This record gives sequence, structure tokens and C-alpha cells, in this order.
Amino acid sequence: MAAPSAVLQSEWTKVRSVRSTVWTLVAALGATVVISGLLCLLTNVQWKNIDEGGRATFDPTTTSLSGLILGQLALIVFGVLVISSEYSTGMIRTSLAAVPQRGTFYAAKVAVTGVLALVVGMSTSFLSFFIGQALLGSHNTSISDTGVLRAVFGGGVYMTLMVLFAVGVATILRSPMLSLGILMPFFFLISPILAAVPGAKIVARYFPDRAGSKIMQVVAVDDGRPYGPWTGLLIMAAWVAAALIGGYVSLKRRDA
Amino acid sequence: MIELQALTKRYGSKTAVDHLSFSVRPGVVTGFLGPNGAGKSTTMRMILGLDNPTSGDVTIDGKHYAQLSDPFTYIGALLDAKAMHGGRSAYNHLLCLAQANRIPRARVDEVLETVGLTAVAKQRSKGFSLGMGQRLGIAGALLGDPKILMFDEPVNGLDPEGIHWIRNLMKSLAAQGRTVFVSSHLMSEMALTAEHLIVIGRGQLLADTSMADFIEQNSRSYVRVRTPQPEQLKDALAVAGLTPVEVEDGSLELQDADTAKIGELAAANQLVLHELSPQRASLEEAFMRLTAESVEYHAGVPSEAGQPAGQQPEGPSAPAWGAAWQEQQDKKQKKGKS
Repeated sequence: MAAPSAVLQSEWTKVRSVRSTVWTLVAALGATVVISGLLCLLTNVQWKNIDEGGRATFDPTTTSLSGLILGQLALIVFGVLVISSEYSTGMIRTSLAAVPQRGTFYAAKVAVTGVLALVVGMSTSFLSFFIGQALLGSHNTSISDTGVLRAVFGGGVYMTLMVLFAVGVATILRSPMLSLGILMPFFFLISPILAAVPGAKIVARYFPDRAGSKIMQVVAVDDGRPYGPWTGLLIMAAWVAAALIGGYVSLKRRDA
Repeated sequence: MIELQALTKRYGSKTAVDHLSFSVRPGVVTGFLGPNGAGKSTTMRMILGLDNPTSGDVTIDGKHYAQLSDPFTYIGALLDAKAMHGGRSAYNHLLCLAQANRIPRARVDEVLETVGLTAVAKQRSKGFSLGMGQRLGIAGALLGDPKILMFDEPVNGLDPEGIHWIRNLMKSLAAQGRTVFVSSHLMSEMALTAEHLIVIGRGQLLADTSMADFIEQNSRSYVRVRTPQPEQLKDALAVAGLTPVEVEDGSLELQDADTAKIGELAAANQLVLHELSPQRASLEEAFMRLTAESVEYHAGVPSEAGQPAGQQPEGPSAPAWGAAWQEQQDKKQKKGKS
């Protein structure tokens, strides 16, 4: 049996030695922080134009994490490339010859990707929060306020789960183009659109991104999501688990 | 020792490997020969556990590949030259493989030195030529200092220098007492390197023999005679105790005969001869004859399957392959013109 620690080390070497890792993760952090910052600055400047209702439901935490909607796309690219580049380059045959225990190989890849995503996700979430609050001026909130730490921490977990979901889906689909072609439009267009369509939104609120993003809400608004922040994150985690299990079964059964 | 027992792989209704049983013995270079599409690569992928057999079994020293701990220290394989991430440097490519098999880091530098890639170790393999990619793949196979090495068409697409290098490498690996299992569709290549020969066609075993036996059995010599008076010549030969074989184009072939004797015989009987020539069937021809019926894609085989025309005499009975090859040449010429 291949030693798990040896395989983890090997997977770490793989992920750190390709450029796509750096640029996708930098893009995720950059896009999230910059867009969140800009939105916070804009809110601060335009505060007098916001009506009473808007001010009452204004959530400084969510606003300072709003860049995630774009940043998560870069994370999806990262998660997809980590596994699908093995298939598109033919490296998978060399990898599985080196580690024929496919479960060990997959677990090590998921673990290394997950830990890296967690580190980047947490950094992104906290950085985005603090910069955003600084730019919100007097309308900001504090990390010590009720629910704020949970929301910012949850933002980091959300990003990690998003990466792992992409890993699972890409393991099933194998092709980078197919995986990105399904995941990107789904999270950038289909999910947000369906969430606004009457009827469809009853289903859409259980999509991984809709459910998971509940954790980043601090100010309670009636958005029709019939679950709390932690339950929402659990629903997302269930999606991730399903995708990862699907990936495992596919990897285990199919010829490389 | 690699052992295959009735190994079978089907893709839908197509059988790629059909009840293949043989063993690759240690300490020699074993050539794995077959036309394109014969199932060589599929067999090798099953040995490495990359493809699951439909039925049958394959083991390495009695174990399935997935049961080997640190498999690269048992068996090193080069399947295809570009089975690597082009964005990763040669060094890092080998490092991740070494780490997974608990091979010390220093070994990476050693194998890079062996294959002559030290100077480009930090470069991404995307920019490598086919020959360099092949060398990097071989470096990966050598990483674990394995007792068994497996190469799938290692000389494919290489320039003469690269071919020469790989040929010498395989010989030196075998001289060190390692098992070398190498596939090819070129008999001439195998004749130079392999001691044992396994020939397959359409996924089935056609021959499992030592190279010496194969040469002895197959490289027959004969004499070709053409005459406008074949009946008289046959009678004359019959008197001398020789039985010729009549070939399609009207010429006569005589196994292990002596040209001088036949010439004298013809002169004594006042027969006109248009040709009297000694012929030797090449190993390539013998291989073609063996696999002629099992060639998968007659017109579709890539050009490497054929040999340059001058390299081999027209065989007495290799119509299938020859025809296919001829067709290809024609096509190629047409392509070249258009």
C-alpha cells in the first residue's frame, strides 16, 4: 500500500509546481477583495441616496464579502484544473501507475486541494471583510458583533466547499472544458437567475451556492430560505459530499 | 516476472485483447510484437492496473499491480511519451513521482543525468521535443531502480540518434539482469534488441518463442527461377530430385537450393532462364506472414508499419500486408501532390 503521507507530499508537489494554481488562487483573492472593496466604498459614498428600507436591511458583512460571486469562479477553475488537467495531459496514467490505490490517490488530492483552498479562502474572506469595513466608514460593523465572525469564517468555508465541489464534478466529467462549461454558467448565471424566478426559486434555494451563502448573512432578511446559516452550510456540504463520492466511484470504476 | 492468464479486454462488441496468456521472464529483453491495433498498449495498461480486464488475470511477481507497495521500485513503465503535465518542470514531474513511491530526492537528479536532461531540468516539459519527452518518460521509469522495465513503442517517432540511444539503454538494462518488456510493431527493431519474442495479432497470441528459434524457423533461403519453359524445367528438376513451388507470378521457388546446380541443370537440358537468383526471406516478412491475417486496419495503419521499399525483397507470400502498405504509399503520394 502506498503510504498516505508520501502520496500527500507528492500531491503537494504537483499542485505547487503548476502555474494555474497560483493564478487561479491569486485571481480568486484579488477579485473578491477588489470587488467587495469597491462595493463598500460605493455604499459609503452613496449612503444618503439609500432609502430607509435599504438602510434597515443593510448588511455590512455581506457587502464586504460580495466579491465572492466573482471570486468563486476563479476557485471553480482551480478545483476543476487540479483534477481535469491530469486527464487532459495524460498525466493521470503516470499518476495512477505511481499510486495504483485510487482511493488513496483521490483522498490525497482532495485533501491537498481542500487545505490549500481553506487557507486561501480564509485569507480572502478575512482580508475582504477588514478592507471592506475600513471603506464603509461609519456604516461598518465589527468582527466582535453577533454573527459577524461566523459569517466571515463561513465565507472561508464556503469557498473551500466550492473548490471541493468543482473537484468532485471534474473527476466525474474528466474534461476541463466540459466541467468549466457546466459549472461556470451554473454558478454565475443559472443559479442566480433561477433564484429570482417565482416557482423555480423554491428549488434554487437548495442549490449549493444559494444554501452555502446563507452563512455569510448577519442581518436577518426574509429571503425565503427556510434554513439557518449552519443548516445552509450543511446543505452545501451534502452537495459537496455527493460530488466527491461520485468522483470517487467514477475514478475507481473507469479505465484511466 | 509478469504473468498473464487468459487476459481479455472487450470494448463493447470489440475484443481488444483475447485470452492472452504468456509470461515475461526475468533477465532478458522480451519483445512484444504486433501490428498496430493488435492490443499491445491495452495489454500494457492492464499490466499496470490502468485498465480493468474484462476477464482473466495479470500479476507481477504473483501480485496484482495495485497490491505492490511503492510500485515504481518493482516495475518502471513508459507508456506514452506525453503522459505528463506540460506545465510542470521535468524536475518537479519526477519529484512528485519519486515522493509518491518514497524514492529519495537525490535519485531524481541521478535519473535526469542518466537520460541527459540535467540542463533542462527546470524547464517546463511543454517545450520538449518528442525525443526529450521520451527521455523524461524513461527517467520516470528508471526512478525506482526497478527490476522490471516496460516500454511501449519507445522508438516511435524518434530520430536515428534517439533510436540508437534507446536501443543501447535497453541492452544495458538487460545486461544488468533486469527484465525488459518492450513493445514494437517493427520486427527489424526487435531483432536487434530482443532475446525472446511474443507476437500478437487482433489481441491473440500468435507466437511465444526465443528470438533464435524464430530466426531459425523463419529466415529461410530459397532460389527463384523464371523460365518460359516451366514444364520442361520442372521435369528436369524432378529428375534431379528437386520439387519447386510455383508462385503466382509464374516463377518457381526452390527451398535451400544451390543456384549453380540449377543453372547447370538448365544448361544441360537447354532451357532458357530469365531469372536465377538466391533469395532470403527477412524477419520482417516472416512477421508479416504471421500477422497478415490479423492486421486490424489494412489501409489505416500509420506509415511506420511499412518499411522503406528498398529494405526488403519482395516476399514470396505476404500479399495482405504488402498490399496494404502499397495502398498507403499511393495515398501518401496523392496527399503529397495535392
